[in-house]
Amino acid sequence: MSAAAGEPAGGAVSVSFTLGAEGRIRGRLRLSRAFMWLCRLVTYALLALLAVLLLSIVWNSLERLRPDFLSNHYSMNPERCGILAGLWGTFWLVLLTALFSIPIGVGSAVYLEEMAKDTWLMRVIRVNLSNLAGVPSIVYGILGLTAFRPLVIQLQTLFDGRHAVNVLGLFRLRLLKLDIYDGNVLIGAMTMSLVILPTVIIASQEALRAVPSTIRVASLALGATRWQTIWRQVLPASLPGIATGVILSISRAMGEAAPLMMIGVLTVASMCPGGIESPGQLLTEPGRVLSVPFDQFTAMPVEIYDWSKQPDPQDRFTAVAASGILVLLAVLLTVNAAAMIVRYRAGRQLRW
Amino acid sequence: MPTWAARKISRRHETLIRWVLFGCAALSVLTTAAIIFVLLSNAVYAPGTKTAFFERVSLWQFLTTARWKPTDGPRGHFGIWPLLAGTLQVAVIASLVSVPAGLGAAIYMSEYAHPRERECLKPVLEILAGIPSVVYGFFALKFITPWVLKPLFSGLGLEISIFNSLSAGIVVGIMVTPLIASLSEDVIRAVPRSLREAAYALGSTRFDVSTRVVIPAALSGILASFLLAFSRAVGETMAVAIAAGGNPLLTLNPLWGAQTMTGFMVHASTGDSAADSISRMSMYAVGITLFVMTLSINLLSGWIMRRYREVYQ
Repeated sequence: MSAAAGEPAGGAVSVSFTLGAEGRIRGRLRLSRAFMWLCRLVTYALLALLAVLLLSIVWNSLERLRPDFLSNHYSMNPERCGILAGLWGTFWLVLLTALFSIPIGVGSAVYLEEMAKDTWLMRVIRVNLSNLAGVPSIVYGILGLTAFRPLVIQLQTLFDGRHAVNVLGLFRLRLLKLDIYDGNVLIGAMTMSLVILPTVIIASQEALRAVPSTIRVASLALGATRWQTIWRQVLPASLPGIATGVILSISRAMGEAAPLMMIGVLTVASMCPGGIESPGQLLTEPGRVLSVPFDQFTAMPVEIYDWSKQPDPQDRFTAVAASGILVLLAVLLTVNAAAMIVRYRAGRQLRW
Repeated sequence: MPTWAARKISRRHETLIRWVLFGCAALSVLTTAAIIFVLLSNAVYAPGTKTAFFERVSLWQFLTTARWKPTDGPRGHFGIWPLLAGTLQVAVIASLVSVPAGLGAAIYMSEYAHPRERECLKPVLEILAGIPSVVYGFFALKFITPWVLKPLFSGLGLEISIFNSLSAGIVVGIMVTPLIASLSEDVIRAVPRSLREAAYALGSTRFDVSTRVVIPAALSGILASFLLAFSRAVGETMAVAIAAGGNPLLTLNPLWGAQTMTGFMVHASTGDSAADSISRMSMYAVGITLFVMTLSINLLSGWIMRRYREVYQ
């Protein structure tokens, strides 16, 4: 009624009623339109925010972003400080994390989706999985710190060059001497695998669920065993979906710093794991790769954290941190673009 | 045609694979068990020669005193409240940012946006969700505080410190907005079209349909997404550790620095105190508090989702 207050009142009752209704409708439509603009504003504000975020990082990075930023080690001098150690550290960390988490994650998903019967144990596993996905990553860091560190000490005593193992009572195999450090790539990758496993499993489960059951039934009807069906029909069909999910999880591992901080990786590093500083060394000195998992390391997000927190009155490390962020974002963008391409091409090929 | 022997091998093969894959699936349960064991055995009761945190500091002191200074003297002060206040402050500010933003974006994308516009907006949200936490921390410390909050509050005559929980809360809010937006959008889109069309047929405007039909119908899922975002904000670490600083003050003033539970844990792990010192052990007590908090919020979220879901045929 209040919306009709501005309308001129007509003589007849019926006329005034329609005029009032019209005004009311106009008011409601105005409200509706205002609401749409509010929602639109909020949505596009997020887009603008992303632009501001990226621009502020680019703007801050201008002072330091030179090619030598990629090839220099850490330095107290922000003019020379570079991200090389973090770049290699993240590379090895992600490689090992993928090696651990992909087989275990996809295996779990296959078991839960294709093999498991609906028992209480399976229900426990499923409920537990969704809860694990919500556990903060820093809690996994505590787990890594407490559960995997003793492992390092065990390995250190085993591989100190004085131990030997008896092989089947036939001969003694002298264990070679390995330098095993605390906070090494192996421990980092094990911890990070636990962080991303729930997301890998859940994404793979969804991809497997998208494969129509007719494929399975047809394969089983032709005499294939359950595993043959999974390996030759279901997995290839769900591979694009699994790959997308896995890549997104891996990119999460690239940006995650909290669990690494907990297990005590280096924040300031002037060496790369295994001493490998260029891709060429992988070919010329392949033996060095063996020492990578046991070597100390740092990762890009950890370095960025350290640079951002650098107590410097002249704020000289801001540009270093911003350049580090740009490198990290560029790597993430490449990885995510790969996921998008996989998804796009698979979407074109597969038609059920 | 496989021979009898081949079939037998194949059956054994299948059983073996089955057990290996079962092992993979069981690993997740093992992980949960390990997390709980590690936290309990260091915080509550240590089986070996070590003494757990609560064997040295009483639970009463932990929960009722309001001073957190682990390295203050030989005994230290262990009252969780300053950390809890910092955490809740950041999480509440984050919710104030992300709830309207996430819900608005979800409604816009599901009810108003052209399908093609929606296809463009979704990746933007995915990018926002995919940006690492340290980057948001940097953004808060080097952009939001000096270029947005400082001019704003100095105009009002208020002092804001370099490390403050307001900027941390804002960036955490931005971080969890895509989570709310995508989860809410999913449940909003699951509301059947017939309900909307019935409302339109009765003369409803789009606003009426959104607020009186669609949101009530999807309310359980929307609330669940708010809770998930809140729990994510509670567990958020690096952005907060960078932006909010490391000073455990018991204050509700968001313009000052604060230390959150996660921020303390990062700080404690990088410090060089001995492995079994009490300041180090306090990390486990904080960890178990964080774990219990996030887990209960997540369980509550799941319960709301299941209990109050409207099911449509």
